[in-house]
Amino acid sequence: MYPNDYRYTTDHEWIKLDGQVGTVGITDYAQAELGDVVFVELPKAGTQVKASQSFGTVESVKAVSEIFSPVSGEVVETNAALADSPERINQDPHGAAWLVKVRLADPKEISGLMDAAAYQAYIAEKAKEHSA
Amino acid sequence: MTTPATAQLRKTALNSIHRRLGAKMVNFGGWDMPVEYSGIIAEHMAVRTRAGLFDVSHMGELEVRGPGALTLVQHVTSNNAGKLTIGQAQYSGLMTARGTFVDDLLVHKISENHYLLCVNAGNQDADFAHVVSNNHFDAKAENTGPRYSQLAIQGPRAKEILQGLTKVSLDTIHYYYFVFGRVADIQCLIARTGYTGEDGFELYFDPESSEKLWNDLMQAGESAGLIPCGLGARNTLRLEAGMCLYGHEIDDTTTPWEAGLGWICKLDKGPFLGSDVLARQKQTGIERKLVGFEMLDKRIGRDGYPVLIAGREAGRVTSGCPSPLLKKNIGMAYVPPASAALGTEIEIGIRGQSAPARIIALPFYKRPQ
Repeated sequence: MYPNDYRYTTDHEWIKLDGQVGTVGITDYAQAELGDVVFVELPKAGTQVKASQSFGTVESVKAVSEIFSPVSGEVVETNAALADSPERINQDPHGAAWLVKVRLADPKEISGLMDAAAYQAYIAEKAKEHSA
Repeated sequence: MTTPATAQLRKTALNSIHRRLGAKMVNFGGWDMPVEYSGIIAEHMAVRTRAGLFDVSHMGELEVRGPGALTLVQHVTSNNAGKLTIGQAQYSGLMTARGTFVDDLLVHKISENHYLLCVNAGNQDADFAHVVSNNHFDAKAENTGPRYSQLAIQGPRAKEILQGLTKVSLDTIHYYYFVFGRVADIQCLIARTGYTGEDGFELYFDPESSEKLWNDLMQAGESAGLIPCGLGARNTLRLEAGMCLYGHEIDDTTTPWEAGLGWICKLDKGPFLGSDVLARQKQTGIERKLVGFEMLDKRIGRDGYPVLIAGREAGRVTSGCPSPLLKKNIGMAYVPPASAALGTEIEIGIRGQSAPARIIALPFYKRPQ
């Protein structure tokens, strides 16, 4: 479910690094929590983003959720297909429904994020809180 | 998060069924309630095209009995309960002395000296205290919420599904009427009411029978496409149908005239709590009016967002969501009456930007008759 070569944030974003450029999305856990996604607002290419700061929003029928950048850098591409079919975020959050690609200012930032095992343990803990 | 731990929330008798079905649960007015099962859009469309089953046992019930029962109900509510016949229900407002809403409610006339009031979950204790403190009559008010579970079966196929489980001829129960009868061998108050804009029924019964009634209804409705629906779809359905939600369109600062609920404000029935204020406001006019709007781009104007007219803040959105049926983003908002005409172009402030919207008629959706 959670690819081993991705890194994860406590705010439920993922990033996959390819050289200096990281592809960013929200996790399957995040899309399930949100429910039916109906609207996505993303920064334009060229926008500077900062680690842990909001760079956009994902809206479900019920709620608005901010997306926090896993890393600092410059947005080099946004997933234009999501404008017309935001529901893809529910269908393929770790693949086709990536949100933005960011050229990292400092690739070392990646090391501060969770790996797949750590993230799965983190959401398992959340699920326990929920059903307590 | 400051929400209380799940363990402290009140639970309906169907809590374990919701969890077994994998519902997403939320704290709603202090109750642990299902917000969605298969997804809000799928549940919404099931109710518009087939049928949905809602656990609304969190709703409160107050009962008023005695020779002065009608006088008490008339004193605290805005609609004219004196017009009700036995077996009839009515939408009404529970009013403050300022002519604002303590709550909105359904008043059921069970007999000449017995009324059942169905009120909002989060307000039931305050409602009860309000009724008791204004009871200067030969009547007794009782908070009977714990004695009832409530299920709502809603949608164009609700009647045929329910008919399979009862000998009561449902065709004889007209809209906003009710009877007592057995459903799946369980004694129920069967009311032809709802909060979705569709035909449907609300069933009030002993909480001990909750799991049996839920399971029997789900089984009876399976082939007709009945699915469990949560509070998420209940909200989008009522919003499409232009119905008010307490805490959003109405609260203890809004009056029926402002909320477009003049039809439940019967000044001619005689004095009631707030009627003097409401009579005055009818003369002097209102300063804000509830309207419906549609967004003109893909953004969603949500609860609490400012309404901008000619660039200046002129009101607030009370509810907003994507409409799964109409495939556009809709909402309700308070605006100055001078800007409330249909077709007026407004803007909604969304995260520091303004998004274009247009005032359109309420309700957004009316079921085909």
